[in-house]
Amino acid sequence: MRKRLVVIGNGMAPGRALERLFEAAPDAYDVTIFNAEPRVNYDRIMLSPVLSGEKSYEDIIIHDDAWYTSNNVRLLQGKRVTEIDREAKRVTAADGTTADYDKLIIATGSNPFIIPVPGHQLPGVLAYRDLDDVEKMLHGAKTGGRAVVIGGGLLGLEAAAGLKMQGMDVTVLHIMPTLMERQLDPSAGYLLEKAVEDRGIEVICKANTKEILGVDKVEGVKLDDGRIIDATMVVMAVGIRPSVQLAKDAGLTVNRGIVVDDGMRTSDPDIYAVGECVEHDGMVYGLVAPLYEMAAVLADRLVEGAREYKGSQTSTKLKVTGIDLFSAGDFAEADDREEIVLRDAASGVYKRLVLKDNKILGVVLYGDTADGAWYFQMMKDGADIGELRDTLIFGQAFAGASPLDPTAAVAALPADAEICGCNGVCKGRIETAITDKNLKNVDDVRTHTKASASCGSCTGLVEQLLKLTLGDAYNPAGVAAMCKCTDLGHSDVRRLIVAKGLKSIPAVMQELQWKTANGCAKCRPALNYYLVADWPGEYVDDEQSRFINERVHANIQKDGTYSVVPRMWGGVTSSDELRAIADVVDKYEIPTVKVTGGQRIDMLGVKKEDLPAVWADLGKAGFVSGHAYAKGLRTVKTCVGSDWCRFGTQDSTGLGIKLERFLWGAWTPAKVKLAVSGCPRNCAEATCKDIGVVCVDSGYEIHFAGAAGLDIKGTEILCSVPTEAEAIEYIAALTQMYREQGHYLERIYKWAKRIGYDTVRNQIVHDAEKRQGYFERFQHAQKFAQDDPWAARAAKTGGHATEFTPLAEIGTAFPKPEMMEPAE
Amino acid sequence: MTTFIKVGKVSDIPVLGARCVKTPAGTIGVFRTADDQIFAIENRCPHKGGPLSEGIVHGTSVTCPLHNTVVSLTTGLVEGPDGGGVVTIPVEVVDGEIHLDLGRLPVREVA
Repeated sequence: MRKRLVVIGNGMAPGRALERLFEAAPDAYDVTIFNAEPRVNYDRIMLSPVLSGEKSYEDIIIHDDAWYTSNNVRLLQGKRVTEIDREAKRVTAADGTTADYDKLIIATGSNPFIIPVPGHQLPGVLAYRDLDDVEKMLHGAKTGGRAVVIGGGLLGLEAAAGLKMQGMDVTVLHIMPTLMERQLDPSAGYLLEKAVEDRGIEVICKANTKEILGVDKVEGVKLDDGRIIDATMVVMAVGIRPSVQLAKDAGLTVNRGIVVDDGMRTSDPDIYAVGECVEHDGMVYGLVAPLYEMAAVLADRLVEGAREYKGSQTSTKLKVTGIDLFSAGDFAEADDREEIVLRDAASGVYKRLVLKDNKILGVVLYGDTADGAWYFQMMKDGADIGELRDTLIFGQAFAGASPLDPTAAVAALPADAEICGCNGVCKGRIETAITDKNLKNVDDVRTHTKASASCGSCTGLVEQLLKLTLGDAYNPAGVAAMCKCTDLGHSDVRRLIVAKGLKSIPAVMQELQWKTANGCAKCRPALNYYLVADWPGEYVDDEQSRFINERVHANIQKDGTYSVVPRMWGGVTSSDELRAIADVVDKYEIPTVKVTGGQRIDMLGVKKEDLPAVWADLGKAGFVSGHAYAKGLRTVKTCVGSDWCRFGTQDSTGLGIKLERFLWGAWTPAKVKLAVSGCPRNCAEATCKDIGVVCVDSGYEIHFAGAAGLDIKGTEILCSVPTEAEAIEYIAALTQMYREQGHYLERIYKWAKRIGYDTVRNQIVHDAEKRQGYFERFQHAQKFAQDDPWAARAAKTGGHATEFTPLAEIGTAFPKPEMMEPAE
Repeated sequence: MTTFIKVGKVSDIPVLGARCVKTPAGTIGVFRTADDQIFAIENRCPHKGGPLSEGIVHGTSVTCPLHNTVVSLTTGLVEGPDGGGVVTIPVEVVDGEIHLDLGRLPVREVA
């Protein structure tokens, strides 16, 4: 019979220990996990990006349900263990669930420390520890107001930045004279304070909280100097305490944490402990790298290995987008220590190395942290830096004889050099994984080794390793750059536009370090769209970054003339409309009139100069632009439905018109075509459209992600809804999700395939709150989008007024053609 | 021969945009860059004759609206492997007024 392993806690440390255990001996144990949180194992380091909106919970899951299933792990979610019976070797949860063990792992983690000032129990006082806290903060941030964050350490600053990004006013209170004083010296602390204040976050140092004010909920914070700061939310991020009560009750040796030996064993030989609840050699750790080192030792011990944990040296990185900060080791001044300092105030760079006997004791890097891993490795190795000393502060690129080529620098690293500090992955492990598992790109490496899966700052190093290991077979286009003007892919650019609050094309190009002065014909229209989509009502459309068709609201033809398509809602027209079109065709001598695939009438061969007059005449007859030129909502094709058809189950024409009137004007990553069919015979061909509706007796079947162009693809079914109103809500929400996530020029079927059809269904169908959010953001954006561009152009209020007239016409004053010399 | 003719003001052309000058010998595209340099080239893409003045202007290049051929405003040459080029027309800007040297236009059917 297999031995029974019971784990109390489902955080990152036991998760990593189990991963290593299953790699070493997949069948050694039957594993049961008691998890007080109702979730799978997720990456707590990444809570800050979730708070700031840069990532979602799904993005930070480490082990999904399938992982537990495939490893035969029994995961008991939402069950808090209340008792360990060491005699009977049995644990009992609050709800009475029991499990017997041969070996037990305690991984109860830590609890946030709440300062017991008066008012600390008021609603609105939050900790920052797990996803529940993040959800509470996000909920609180929706109503705006001011958040006071108590604690100017790593977590406090990340919480402050996240809440600011969620639109709150934020004040950080820190009891010490400078921020992050445990990791930073005063100079770096000062630079950090400036950078935080530049983001509009107020920082008050030497602030001692005396009382949290409020009656039924938080209303403010009172400092001991009498100052009162109004607040709708107070976040305490002042530290953590190992969670040891359970171990204490069981009679295990406990000091600050649960005491373990070098084999991670507690005072009971069958009980191990790992993670933040542990005290080893007098030290308690709260950073992930040491926890992972402990986990590796624990996994080895569970299969009768002899590895020993000898304590960890730790380094810190702040995960606030746009602030680069790295620190490690001990940087207190002392007589027998020397230091090397580099300050470049203009570019905001500060580097300080603390040395003793030609060895690195401490590192603080601000502004340029690229060499953090290099210094840290030398510090851990106790390397003699005597020979490098003269150029040491300039980093690895200038270090003595080592070459400037970053690939060569990575090649020179030893196999045990740590590449990913968050997840404790060394170079050798990544290289082995690339070779053994045939990994091709950074995403593969992330999946298999976790390297660069957390904060992502080592992504460059991982790319170098791929290049080294695979040689020419490495194709970095796993994430293709938007264009030659940048190395960033569309997803990164979109994420950073929102995260950094970039609201103009020059701001994007400046902040994201564009390599060209004003982009190119590929990136400018993409950036213009992203800004239009992300900042409705704030961003002013940049005409010169629009493709000509969108600039003049007509489609350019091969001879430089244009085609004009007025909107016919749902494909329905009238004798008056047809007469108006006929008059325009005659008046402007338009050579061709054709019916389009989307049930509209197209007038081809209109001269550019005539466009404003053509629009004015069409406008008088009630026509608006059909957006046949737009990366936006094109047409809603319909059949006649229950109004006329003997098979029609619903009013498909009516729904098509409603949809078109609701969606028109919306800009999207690529064109969007809809259709509504009145019965499953599907005469409107809804099942090959970007979004389609097939009416049935019981309601409306919503389809998405079809294609009938370059690719042919039938739609996927989103869901069925009983009413028209719901159909419109779901479709608008889906359109908004696509607007927010799609890459420019990426049609819905490609976008949905890229992110997964189920991801779309989960967010639009199964998560009412998300759907409502998308729907509301769509409605908001439409307020600014539903302006008829033809009317604006005809009235000369939109666009560049002189777009349609030549700068000059030169006739008689010009020499006759035969007098001109041929080109050289 | 040199025949500089005034065609309009710099401010008549949008930044990163273009306007046309019609002549009996064909249309000229007059372009304005982000740093207010003015260039004039034949308004006819060497690829399929697209109106270059309708393209997106970036740096000192323009991308043709029909098939994305990129043409240098300074040399008139196509950037990239396809080769080919258009005639560039000398420009002088005096007190914000643009003058083109129309003596350099090639003989071609009126567009």
